[in-house]
Amino acid sequence: MSRRSEGSTIASNRIIADHTPEVGERKSAIDRKLLTYNKRQFTENVTGRFIAMACAGLLVVVVLSITYFIASKGLSTFLINGVSLGEFLTGVKWDPEGEPAVYGVLPFILGSFLVTLLAALIAAPLGIGAAIFMTEIFPGFGKKVLKPVIELLVGIPSVVYGYVGLTLLVPFIREQFDVLGFSLLAGGLVLALMILPTITSVATDAIEAVPQDLRNASLALGATRWQTIWNVVLHSALPGCLTAVVLGMARAFGEALAVQMVIGNTTKLPGGLLDPISTLTSGITLNMGNTIQGTPYNNALWSMALLLLLMSFVFIMILRILGRKKLVNK
Amino acid sequence: MQAGTTVDTIIQTRNVSVYYGEKRAVSNINMDIERNSVTAFIGPSGCGKSTLLRSLNRMNDLVPNCRVTGSIVVDGIEVNSDKINIEGLRQVVGMVFQRANPFFKSIYENIAFAPRFHGMRDKRELDEVVERSLRKAALWDEVKDRLHESALSLSGGQQQRLCIARAIAMQPTILLLDEPASALDPISTMKIEELVLELKEEYTIVIVTHNLHQAARISDKTAFFLMGELVEMNDTSKIFTAPENKKTEDYISGRFG
Repeated sequence: MSRRSEGSTIASNRIIADHTPEVGERKSAIDRKLLTYNKRQFTENVTGRFIAMACAGLLVVVVLSITYFIASKGLSTFLINGVSLGEFLTGVKWDPEGEPAVYGVLPFILGSFLVTLLAALIAAPLGIGAAIFMTEIFPGFGKKVLKPVIELLVGIPSVVYGYVGLTLLVPFIREQFDVLGFSLLAGGLVLALMILPTITSVATDAIEAVPQDLRNASLALGATRWQTIWNVVLHSALPGCLTAVVLGMARAFGEALAVQMVIGNTTKLPGGLLDPISTLTSGITLNMGNTIQGTPYNNALWSMALLLLLMSFVFIMILRILGRKKLVNK
Repeated sequence: MQAGTTVDTIIQTRNVSVYYGEKRAVSNINMDIERNSVTAFIGPSGCGKSTLLRSLNRMNDLVPNCRVTGSIVVDGIEVNSDKINIEGLRQVVGMVFQRANPFFKSIYENIAFAPRFHGMRDKRELDEVVERSLRKAALWDEVKDRLHESALSLSGGQQQRLCIARAIAMQPTILLLDEPASALDPISTMKIEELVLELKEEYTIVIVTHNLHQAARISDKTAFFLMGELVEMNDTSKIFTAPENKKTEDYISGRFG
């Protein structure tokens, strides 16, 4: 017996039980709604779920295959070409075309970390300060003028940042300090400028998410505006602000072009702020054109890419941990 | 009020009006609030009772385009004036809000917040203030073993009592309570009401409430507001048994509002 006819049986039973025809009609309308189902809705449901799952599945496949590809290429330096992992990570000499070839990437690793840290040190206070200004001090002006300007900064291609750094910053440093100009400092400054909008906008969201109630509570306790911003607003938004900084650092760590244009690209251990350096990303982009697929040189570059990938996993992990702490920290 | 007894007035308002832009939300309020009493503000939503309350500790200063005119005298000092130290005023006139709003900090840090930036540094002194405030708010026994846990781990009613303790910790003279129990269950509400009756010994309390029974239970004086005006203010027993104004009678007997 089909669902439909079962439904009508119940409905007809009820018509006998009810005395007036109007009541009977209403009852059978309810029965129709409850006891039959809409085929179109059912099909839509199934298709919808299928499409959503297919999209999610595709994403997972892409991420997994990229990871697998980079890992298999990157690990072959050690597994096939027999370079020792310890030497690769701690070696300070990079000479892949020498006899014998030497693959020490410590200068690249240190360069990447130093330039990222420098950028974060410069951009974090500026970005969080700008976020406070936009949300707490001058919200009208902040929302109408500053926010669109900062969003505009996000859209500027990195090559433009690099070019500006190359034409303005590098000569400036050269003249001021009587050095080459291409340096860790130039890279850090260009990157700071690049990640400033990211930090500012994420921190702004974090600060805006602090409930107005808390500001009122603090002010009603006789706190000044500044005490309120410092002790209550920033304190409550701290995990969000840290997230902003880590996001900025992840971006800085992965940036290749702008950095490469201003840091000088010498594979020596960085000695000071004004020394030219190399980063993992700049090392890969500058060298990849000179290598042939499958050679140890080429594989070494893939190993550097693998390092970058692992670092971005670390950044994402930090973000996850911070995200969990959001707003419930003590 | 018996003839012959002197009344110790701690808050006196004369011709207080509050404007939001061009709109007048509160008109020409004249009222005297007695020291160590509980005064309830009642009236339908939008009648201006919360707005008036927020004028007493100048929280309306934070609302853009809000203007308060008239005279508000707290303990003999005109506070609706530019010369007043607003942070100082808010230490004298504490406030607890409708929704419990503990900081995202530990229970201890919530209470120590105000004493700390009003200059208290000594750990022992802070410990004492925290304990004393929590005891007064009848919360000490429930939280004494978890002072350093997050304040957000407390229940809604406990959070609201924490907010009262936090206000007490800065040793105010007056406590303004803006519908402090409207979001709480009956048992938590009862605890807050008992607390208000105890706190009356030391503080002057002004409470805004939508709950008429609550006003009847805990207040000495009741002020009934309607459309931004003070319709009637009198002893609570009089307001609820023999109101002078027809509108008050209609409201408390549930004919509107």
